[in-house]
Amino acid sequence: MKKQTIDSRPAGPKPWYDPRVRSIFFQVVAIALVFWGGWTLVDNTLSNMESRGISTGFGFLEESAGFGIIMHLVPYDATMSYGRTFWVGLTNTLLVSAMGVVAATILGFVLGVARLSSNWLVAKISLVYIEVIRNIPLLLQIFFWYFAVLSNLPSPRQSVDVGGTLFLNNRGLYLPEPLTQDGFGLVWGGVLAAIAAVIGIRIWAKKRQLATGQIFPTFKVGVAILVLVPIVSYLVAGRPLEWEIPALKGFNFGGGITIIPELAALWIALSLYTASFIAEIVRSGILSVSKGQTEASKALGLPHGLTLRLVVIPQAMRVIIPPLTSQYLNLVKNSSLATAIGYPDLVAVFMGTTLNQTGQAVEVVAMTMAVYLTISLLISLFMNIYNRAVAIKER
Amino acid sequence: MKKTKSIALGMALAVGAFTATGAMAATTLENVKEKGHLQCGVTSGLPGFSQPDEKGNWTGIDVDTCRAVAAAIFGDAKAVEFTPLTAKERFTALQSGEIDMLSRNTTWTLTRDASLGLNFAGVNYYDGQGFLINKGIGVDDATQLDGATICIQSGTTTELNLSDYFRAKGMEFKPIVFDTSEQTVQGFAAGRCDVLTSDRSQLAALRSKLSDPSSAKILPNTISKEPLGPVVRQGDDQWFNIVKWVLSVQINAEELGVTSANADDMLKSDNPNVQRLLGTDGDMGAKLGLPADFGYKVVKLVGNYGEMYDRNVGPDTPLGLDRGINALWTEGGVMYAPPVR
Repeated sequence: MKKQTIDSRPAGPKPWYDPRVRSIFFQVVAIALVFWGGWTLVDNTLSNMESRGISTGFGFLEESAGFGIIMHLVPYDATMSYGRTFWVGLTNTLLVSAMGVVAATILGFVLGVARLSSNWLVAKISLVYIEVIRNIPLLLQIFFWYFAVLSNLPSPRQSVDVGGTLFLNNRGLYLPEPLTQDGFGLVWGGVLAAIAAVIGIRIWAKKRQLATGQIFPTFKVGVAILVLVPIVSYLVAGRPLEWEIPALKGFNFGGGITIIPELAALWIALSLYTASFIAEIVRSGILSVSKGQTEASKALGLPHGLTLRLVVIPQAMRVIIPPLTSQYLNLVKNSSLATAIGYPDLVAVFMGTTLNQTGQAVEVVAMTMAVYLTISLLISLFMNIYNRAVAIKER
Repeated sequence: MKKTKSIALGMALAVGAFTATGAMAATTLENVKEKGHLQCGVTSGLPGFSQPDEKGNWTGIDVDTCRAVAAAIFGDAKAVEFTPLTAKERFTALQSGEIDMLSRNTTWTLTRDASLGLNFAGVNYYDGQGFLINKGIGVDDATQLDGATICIQSGTTTELNLSDYFRAKGMEFKPIVFDTSEQTVQGFAAGRCDVLTSDRSQLAALRSKLSDPSSAKILPNTISKEPLGPVVRQGDDQWFNIVKWVLSVQINAEELGVTSANADDMLKSDNPNVQRLLGTDGDMGAKLGLPADFGYKVVKLVGNYGEMYDRNVGPDTPLGLDRGINALWTEGGVMYAPPVR
């Protein structure tokens, strides 16, 4: 049938007037130009660098780095390679970004809701916070949290001592470190079993609610399971956990977990700063939901909490998520200000020290840019997936 | 369709722009002469080496090295514009042509000389790395620093020397790495670290920035060699020679007793070495592409090496550094310049 239509059609326009042919032609030309442009750029850079005697290539990643880094989530010492310094910097960036995103989101939602509170004082406190924090440059805030707070903390020998296990001084916060012993596998098993049980209960509760209309207190029961099961399995396994208590040794504390002030300052500054923007986004999201929705749900007899949770917030999320994504991206990118206070993030370690010791500016900068681009695109991707999941589906 | 076309056109133009810049430009000397000033990269503020005063005039030994080159080219020591750079910006700024020369207490090392496309044009200060400690920690020698927290400025040879030293001694340390020397001192002052490490000349300068300089002291240990000097881009031998010989002229001038005060009288000197230095005899300037009297201008306007040293870092300055190994070879130091002939 289809074939017949084509056959019966009079001869089409000449190929160069055919829109389809023309669009394919120009797209091929455009792609060719992009590739040619990219190639020229790379070739030009390489030949210019060669003519100036600058060595190129990624061979430097194998060379031994030879400098120390105070904080590393992956094993590192000065004999390891520049490739390893890249991972050290990357994991440190990811850590502070993840911590910042979580803290900024929680604080931002609280502040955003607080600003709309009917309590005059709560609303005004939130307003002042947002306007003050939002309008001061982030770098200044980082310096404030680092230098102003740090210089008021005592030196290691005069540390603030909490019960002989937790110490605070101007070198950081020292916490006891849990060291797992034989038999701790049972506790992990308990944790997994608890998670599986909670998921199971949730599915069952939903089914039962659909069938009978009865509501099961999933949240309370779930929390109880998640807390109790691991504790019981810990006791059954014979308490297979020992704590390493930090102790003063030489100039400083050794042992335990250390949270360095650079991480704390950067985390606090990033979280507080980004939270002020998130608060405004949350406020605009909530305000975007028509008042009639609240009134309607009240008319149905829903209590205030449920109204917020089931009616207002889900609709507000549609407005909140896209700008929220931008704030997450900003937070990750702003974490590069770490270099000003000596937190060893990707920019400080890799684009700072590594670049300077090797002189491979083009390679190092390209790798760093690729990392930030990848992180940003991934955040964007996940937020878009989530956005699609919560968006109103018109059927 | 229209959009596709305009994108394609834009790409073509952009590509044209890339290829056009591929053509090699004139020599550095020609560029400098055309601009009418020398663009010189310096530190963003290190007393004695390069620091702007309250009127915005840059002073320091590194600054004077730039001024001497400008005096040689233009006969005007003020024909310099300064670009303050952090340690990690400096090489890229020079490689990319943003500055004509770098005079920023930069250590001459093999890697930098051989793989960055740079040439070191001599040494204007022989330094070594040391430690500044807070007196409160009760340490007299660097070998007692096991486990110390140490503040460092990022992107310097200091970071590597420190790590090497502690590894060789079987000691451990915790490095806190800051971007600028200003932040490094702040970190030290705030008590973040027990020790600040840097070149010894800088330690004296940084110590003077503390609110209570007597609370800190410099340990006697020197753990590295740090020959500091001006740097130029590779591939322009004429420019390399100019910077190298301006510095040599200053050192030779001190050896021959020519100063900014007596330079005019010295023009009448019978000493052939002085005549060649000041350009009253021979064509030393022409060989470098400079005016015949470039040596006279350098000494007259900026001074010889000793004057430059005494004015900026010497015993009568706040830094109060003795000549030490920076004395002339004739005085027991290592300052030794090849002859002007």
